Amino acid sequence: MGLFNKMLTAIRGGAREVGETIVDANGIRIFEQEINDAENELEKGKRDLTAVVAKEMEAKRNIANLNDEIAKHEKYAKDALAQQNEELALEVAQKISELTIQLETQVKAEESFKKHAAKLKDLIKSTQKSLANMRRQLVMVKTTESVHKATTAITSNYASSNSKLLSAKESLDRIQKRQQDLDDRLAAGSELFDEFEGNDLEDKLRDAGIVENDNSAQDILDKLRSNKEG
Amino acid sequence: MTAINKIANGLSELQKNDNITYPFDIQPIPGDVDILKITLEDIEELPVYVSASDDQILCISYLFKEDEISNDIDHSLHDIMLKMNIPMPLSSFSKIGEQYVIFGALSINSSIEDIAHEIEILSENTLEAIETLQDYLK
Repeated sequence: MGLFNKMLTAIRGGAREVGETIVDANGIRIFEQEINDAENELEKGKRDLTAVVAKEMEAKRNIANLNDEIAKHEKYAKDALAQQNEELALEVAQKISELTIQLETQVKAEESFKKHAAKLKDLIKSTQKSLANMRRQLVMVKTTESVHKATTAITSNYASSNSKLLSAKESLDRIQKRQQDLDDRLAAGSELFDEFEGNDLEDKLRDAGIVENDNSAQDILDKLRSNKEG
Repeated sequence: MTAINKIANGLSELQKNDNITYPFDIQPIPGDVDILKITLEDIEELPVYVSASDDQILCISYLFKEDEISNDIDHSLHDIMLKMNIPMPLSSFSKIGEQYVIFGALSINSSIEDIAHEIEILSENTLEAIETLQDYLK
């Protein structure tokens, strides 16, 4: 079962009572131990890979050396035959035969080290992948657990701090009413301020046409027009 | 000092700074997991709860309960909430038991300014979300 499903089952399962936990601490410890083991396994795998790759390189070196040796001895054998020294030629041929057997062994060894290294690489990759997955799961389990504990505490606090538990809408109404009050107070304040500064009287006089507003757009336009005509 | 104490101290320090005014009221709630209850001026009804685990800081605010939802036979409330989830800055919707919540998660290594910003935005989002969704509520 996937982790998401496990979580969902645990959450649906109603592990919501106070003090009840979704994952027991022992389970988390076991999981952490598994992660530890996987980490060790990974380290060992990496060390093994280094060793195997070193052996592969050594086999490669041996193959190159043996090929050189064989080529050299083939030349010796030809030289011996040219000198019609059959005995020496046969001895050299025997040496070549030995070298060839060694070469075959080294070629086989190189092949097998190569395969072994590829297998180890695959293993390391898959271990890394599952380790990352396990770490992610552990974070999730721990988070779920701490959220569960936190929400339990929040819920009891939420319930106790609002003597009558407010619904979202009631909260909204109260906040909006308070904001409206604040807006009203601000408006009232600015009215008082206007009055205090004498703006109120001037406004009233202006409204009554007693004081002319000589800065209105119409006035400016009139002024411009009369300037042009004059 | 636990992560949550650090956050509480950091937020208090931030409030002392004259240049920035975060009108937070910070109240620790002791328990299995330490929690801070943070109320912002003028929206005391909708507090933000902050908790910290090994990896993350979680800020949660309560929206409404299942039984507060009315006339949503076609589940369009969920549809709207899902659609709001990405455009809503920093916060996401979730559900804990029967409680709809709005939350933001931060890395445990976040700066105190980031945390303060998160709390402010979450608080604004909470009010905004309830305002937007109020037609679905009783």
